[in-house]
Amino acid sequence: MYKHVLQSIDNVAIWPVISFIIFFTFFVVLLWRVFTADKTFIRKMSEKPLDDGPESNVNAESLT
Amino acid sequence: MQLEKIHYDNKIVKAFIIATIVFGIVGMTVGLLAAIQLFYPLFNFDLQYITFGRIRPLHTNAVIFAFVGNAMFAGIYYSLQRLLKARLYNDALSWFHFWGWQLIILAAAITLPLGYTTSKEYAELEWPIDIAIAVVWVAFGINMIGTIIKRREQHMYVAIWFYIATFVTVAVLHIVNSFAIPVTFFKSYSWYAGVQDALVQWWYGHNAVAFFLTTPFLGIMYYFLPKAANRPVYSYRLSIIHFWSLIFIYIWAGPHHLLYTALPDWAQSLGVVFSIMLIAPSWGGMLNGLFTLRGAWDRVREDAVLKFMVVAITAYGMATLEGPLLSLKNVNAIAHYTDWIIAHVHVGGLGWNGFLIFGMLYWVIPRMWNTKLYSPKLANVHFWIGTLGIVFYALPLYVAGVVQSLMWKEFAADGFLRYQNFLETTTQILPMYMLRAVGGALYLTGVIIMTYNLIKTAAAGSFVANEEAEVAPLVKVKHTGGHWHHILEAKPILFTVLALVAILIGGIIEMVPTFLVKSNVPTIAAVKPYTPLELHGRDIYIREGCVNCHSQMIRPFRSEVQRYDPKGGEYSKAGEYVYDHPFLWGSKRTGPDLQRTGGKYADSWHFRHMLTPAEVSTGSIMPAYPWLYEQQIDKDLTAGKISALRTLGVPYPDGYEDVANNELDAQAKRMAENLSLEGLETTPDAEIIALIAYLQRLGTDIKLSETTQNN
Repeated sequence: MYKHVLQSIDNVAIWPVISFIIFFTFFVVLLWRVFTADKTFIRKMSEKPLDDGPESNVNAESLT
Repeated sequence: MQLEKIHYDNKIVKAFIIATIVFGIVGMTVGLLAAIQLFYPLFNFDLQYITFGRIRPLHTNAVIFAFVGNAMFAGIYYSLQRLLKARLYNDALSWFHFWGWQLIILAAAITLPLGYTTSKEYAELEWPIDIAIAVVWVAFGINMIGTIIKRREQHMYVAIWFYIATFVTVAVLHIVNSFAIPVTFFKSYSWYAGVQDALVQWWYGHNAVAFFLTTPFLGIMYYFLPKAANRPVYSYRLSIIHFWSLIFIYIWAGPHHLLYTALPDWAQSLGVVFSIMLIAPSWGGMLNGLFTLRGAWDRVREDAVLKFMVVAITAYGMATLEGPLLSLKNVNAIAHYTDWIIAHVHVGGLGWNGFLIFGMLYWVIPRMWNTKLYSPKLANVHFWIGTLGIVFYALPLYVAGVVQSLMWKEFAADGFLRYQNFLETTTQILPMYMLRAVGGALYLTGVIIMTYNLIKTAAAGSFVANEEAEVAPLVKVKHTGGHWHHILEAKPILFTVLALVAILIGGIIEMVPTFLVKSNVPTIAAVKPYTPLELHGRDIYIREGCVNCHSQMIRPFRSEVQRYDPKGGEYSKAGEYVYDHPFLWGSKRTGPDLQRTGGKYADSWHFRHMLTPAEVSTGSIMPAYPWLYEQQIDKDLTAGKISALRTLGVPYPDGYEDVANNELDAQAKRMAENLSLEGLETTPDAEIIALIAYLQRLGTDIKLSETTQNN
């Protein structure tokens, strides 16, 4: 019954293919970028909550 | 470098904290009342405003939107300013947000007991309040994004991404799920019907858990846990993966609330797959939280703040493992409609949200009042009494859920159900309901102890309304290359748009097919729109919150078909609900399913039963509804209701609204006359007549004809 329902949508077969491609690409790119991230930047970001003083706010310079 | 002097706004945080505590106590007290009503129906007091059906949504709305909601805003506004080195964007907007939200809560506290409800879980509030919610939520969003734009930090810390995702997604969820056509100022019909309404509702319901109860608190965890432990988060890389995979996957998982229902199979499977996948980001986040405490575990022994946070994160881990397991169809077959689910959500609510909020309050209040916590000892007492409360709450309900479910499904050697009377399975678990109330009372006691401790703390200190900080102005830096994500973190608007895209993909792929096939939901020729009297009855059913305890969805199991439709042998079909605005499938069976209740009992049985349930069914825990016998059907609304439903596609003929009341009167008169033959006197206009008419209609259409189209 549901097969029939789904078949009544045009090109429904493309649906799972698109879903798979979106997912696969999304996670591959995410993991790739995260693991190739710059170490100093990561360390600095992770210390953000602990930075309460003014001296901590010089982050911009080191990035370029 | 020239340092700038700025002032963080603590006053708005204080206001939200006070609201958190006040509404926490109120919401939990109402919850305790509801828990007691389940084993002492006497506590419904025969008063319509506080019967279980109206009190239960009041409890859920109060704890979710008033307690957790206010705590969320307090946590976000406190951490946002410090993470961005900027005062909130606009003070007036902050206060508009605060008072707007409290007025919405007040409106909910008035309208829900009065019976103004859409009946859609966690979205019960009627349309004018829905519009107010949208306006206040947008004010919150503007205030947050505005603060982000005027920040003095180049990059946004991970907590802020979670806040942005919260704002964007809740806005989308709320607007899509709230589409309705108003009939009066306090009555509307859902835009969607039956299966589609169910799909939209649980896409909303599930993601309200995700983006109202989870993402903002993950942000709060990523800020306050490092603060309390005084060390950076375990892995910032993991937090990036945690964030993107969580928001990307969560949005797809909604259909797991509808397993084995009339929802198309492919949508159910989609929900299952994504729910299982959710274990990965959820546990990634939990481990990131727990590992943050590496080398600081010795402090967990003394510091109540860390204790609360550790249990909160552990509860998050347990609930997010249990959730995916409950999404497996074989587990769901047992757990759905039972108290197991109530236990599951309270591990999340009491453990994750509650304990994280308590941890945050114990940490932040001494700092905002520039003093020390009045009594660390009392905080530890609160911790233990609260933990004990969670255990006493959850464990009995796990037992109750499994026991009752197995009783529902048990067959005797003769091939019939062993417990044919649903009530037997209810009375069996009443002791567990009593223990649960003890657990709730313990937890509430802990909150009262905390309140005393925090008031004493504040009294001993002096409140810093505007906390001074010296910060360097932001030097605009042109990005030439660099890491992609830190470019993204420097562009809040782009970030917001990407987060929106990530959540929309899931929502669209999940819902579009079901809407495309709108005309193709297998229709059943015999299913006809409700008569005007039945329609009024249905609205009374909605008003009284019957859906909180009775499902209208027979799953395709032998045990359910035999229990709920022994003669016809039919489970529920999608085509039976095409005129149901809103759907009333329910999510919990404290009483039996009612999908095929039409014709099962005589009108007189219903008449007596609604007046004195415990006399008709000995041991019943259902409240009595004496007011239905005194109040009259509001026939002035009939025409408006018919027209509104026709606009939504229910095939009432043109001009039917003008004659609808004549049909209503005729049907009501017939029923009243039949009742009087049995010595039960009532006026035909009494609400009870309409309700009985609706109950007698339920599930009868399918019995008229077995011929179906497209099936």
